[in-house]
Amino acid sequence: MDTTLPGRPRLPMRARLATTVGGAAATVSRLAGKGDGSVIGGVISLRLEPDLLSLLAAGRQVVLVTGTNGKTTTTRLITAALSVLGQPIASNVYGANMEAGLTSALSRAPDAPLAVLETDEKYIPPVIKATQPKVVVLLNLSRDQMDRAAEIWMLARRWREALAAAPDCRVVANADDPLVAWAASAASTVTWVAAGQRWREDSWCCPNCGAHLLREGDEWTCRECGNRRPPVSWVLSDGNVVDPAGQSQPLGLALPGRANASNAVIALAVAEAFGVGVDSALAKMRGVTSVAGRYTQVQRRGTEIRLLLAKNPAGWLEALDVMVPAPVPVLLAVNAQTPDGRDTSWLWDVDYRRLRGRPVLVGGERRLDLAVRLEADDVAFRLVDSIDDAVDAAHSPRLEVLANYTAFQQYRAVVGRTE
Amino acid sequence: MRLVWIYPDLLSTYGDRGNLLVLERRARLRGLPVEVVEVNSDQRVPLDGDIYLMGGGEDLPQVLATRRLQADGGLHEAVRQGAVLFAVCAGYQMLGTEFGGADGQPLPGLGLLDISSGRGERRGVGEILADVDPALGVPRLTGFENHQGVTRLGGDVKPLARVVTGVGNGDGTEGAHSGRVLGTYLHGPALVRNPGLADLLLTWAAGQQLPPLPPQAEELALRLRDERLAAVPAQ
Ligand SMILES: [Zn+2]
Repeated sequence: MDTTLPGRPRLPMRARLATTVGGAAATVSRLAGKGDGSVIGGVISLRLEPDLLSLLAAGRQVVLVTGTNGKTTTTRLITAALSVLGQPIASNVYGANMEAGLTSALSRAPDAPLAVLETDEKYIPPVIKATQPKVVVLLNLSRDQMDRAAEIWMLARRWREALAAAPDCRVVANADDPLVAWAASAASTVTWVAAGQRWREDSWCCPNCGAHLLREGDEWTCRECGNRRPPVSWVLSDGNVVDPAGQSQPLGLALPGRANASNAVIALAVAEAFGVGVDSALAKMRGVTSVAGRYTQVQRRGTEIRLLLAKNPAGWLEALDVMVPAPVPVLLAVNAQTPDGRDTSWLWDVDYRRLRGRPVLVGGERRLDLAVRLEADDVAFRLVDSIDDAVDAAHSPRLEVLANYTAFQQYRAVVGRTE
Repeated sequence: MRLVWIYPDLLSTYGDRGNLLVLERRARLRGLPVEVVEVNSDQRVPLDGDIYLMGGGEDLPQVLATRRLQADGGLHEAVRQGAVLFAVCAGYQMLGTEFGGADGQPLPGLGLLDISSGRGERRGVGEILADVDPALGVPRLTGFENHQGVTRLGGDVKPLARVVTGVGNGDGTEGAHSGRVLGTYLHGPALVRNPGLADLLLTWAAGQQLPPLPPQAEELALRLRDERLAAVPAQ
């Protein structure tokens, strides 16, 4: 691996050795069929050189993307938009978003002057410190895998402290999410985006003082401490983007749903920080059709299947919005392995009543948890043992599939990876 | 039957709505008329509820909710008049005389149960099994706990259960009850896998024995319960 970069400082010997050994481990892991190898590669590299992440980031313009939902898609959309610049971009396209995954993404693209990195919301403070980013993107914050994740008010507080200590970075943040807005307001420069907030169950109260927020439409105001929605410069409005000059145009994305439109407007605000205009950025973003297998359409036994991945209540709410309406059948699948969170309590935070009257199939290792939940919402359903079982039971030209993390991976392994 | 959910804007962390939905469904299936009241933290707590529910919360919301309930006084009055109160996790800790605040410092609780809580050494996260006080006639509890609290029971309460697997109060007991006030570390939708506990609360509120549900109406809940009981090894 050549680590002598034009315009970038040469890595010290120990760091060079670390990336080379890590790269070899990743190759072995890939050949052994264990995913893309980016995590194991990164872990081995970090063991050899703990400062590797900051050494690898030095001299690059880094964008960090974080939040509970939409990180992978937004990272992909920003990367597409910045491709207009015609320079190589380092990115963790497979979603390995902790320190090891980031290290691996950077060492695989040693001569890329740009880096767009999806970053786990719990690890963003040390990553800001290590990479000195040009832009930090804050998407949203909501309850997620409570058995292993930090509580979200506490997370927002940590984001705040990290941003206050990084005066040179620009934050692009969703003004419609009160927790995000409170965290972002500690930064010195913020581009506020009205990206919308479908899920509100975690932001009824003021993150600054705890008083019940007054919410009217998208506006939110605290009567106790004066904390309120900041004035925005970018707006998502009915599938259109309104830029800071007030120009409106349709997004026209291939990716479905309100959540992705919201991710796209945020990506456009990031592109602008790099001097990329809306028209040229959108032209590239419209070419993104599938992200790490999500939204992929596959044929299985004569049925057209679309796979949606969502990991938490806010994600499920958005995904249920995206689904092709009745009478197309729906397969919902839930697992509770470690990457999913072992606790299925979150199923009770989702409102399933809109599924009443359409064919619903229920699968996954924790299908009984979901079945009892649907029963409480008077949604009729049928239990299935596998995706083929669901295809047979659906008996329909189309099937919409919504699954959480490992359930999604299991189905994808059966119907085939398409990218 | 009036079900009052206390402060869903502050005390609804992870599936807490499940307890409300389970009670509502099991009451309706028996032909009891049900009204659900969700009381936010900027509203007064009504005095005429039959069952009051309190969910979990992060450290700061727990402190804020306690302060407001204390100032409001409605919950105390309802309990004095004999209402049923069921609280999980952070809500359970709040019922005591004292609990650990955001930095672990002791803060005064609502004083509705003779318990006091502090912060333990490490977080108890995982499936919990516990055998219920035989006086209550409820089968083994199955649930999920996620807390760092340690709770000491005073002389005016009884443990809700004895821990089989998991942490609970930290001394081998789990939860507490006194009169018609009942709290547990089983978090979120604790009543989903424990329909017997749901029916105990409904029976207290109705003041009489309730007819059993038609078997098909609770077949799935019992299957889920059996699956979880079988999946968790008894320690
Ligand atoms: Zn406030």
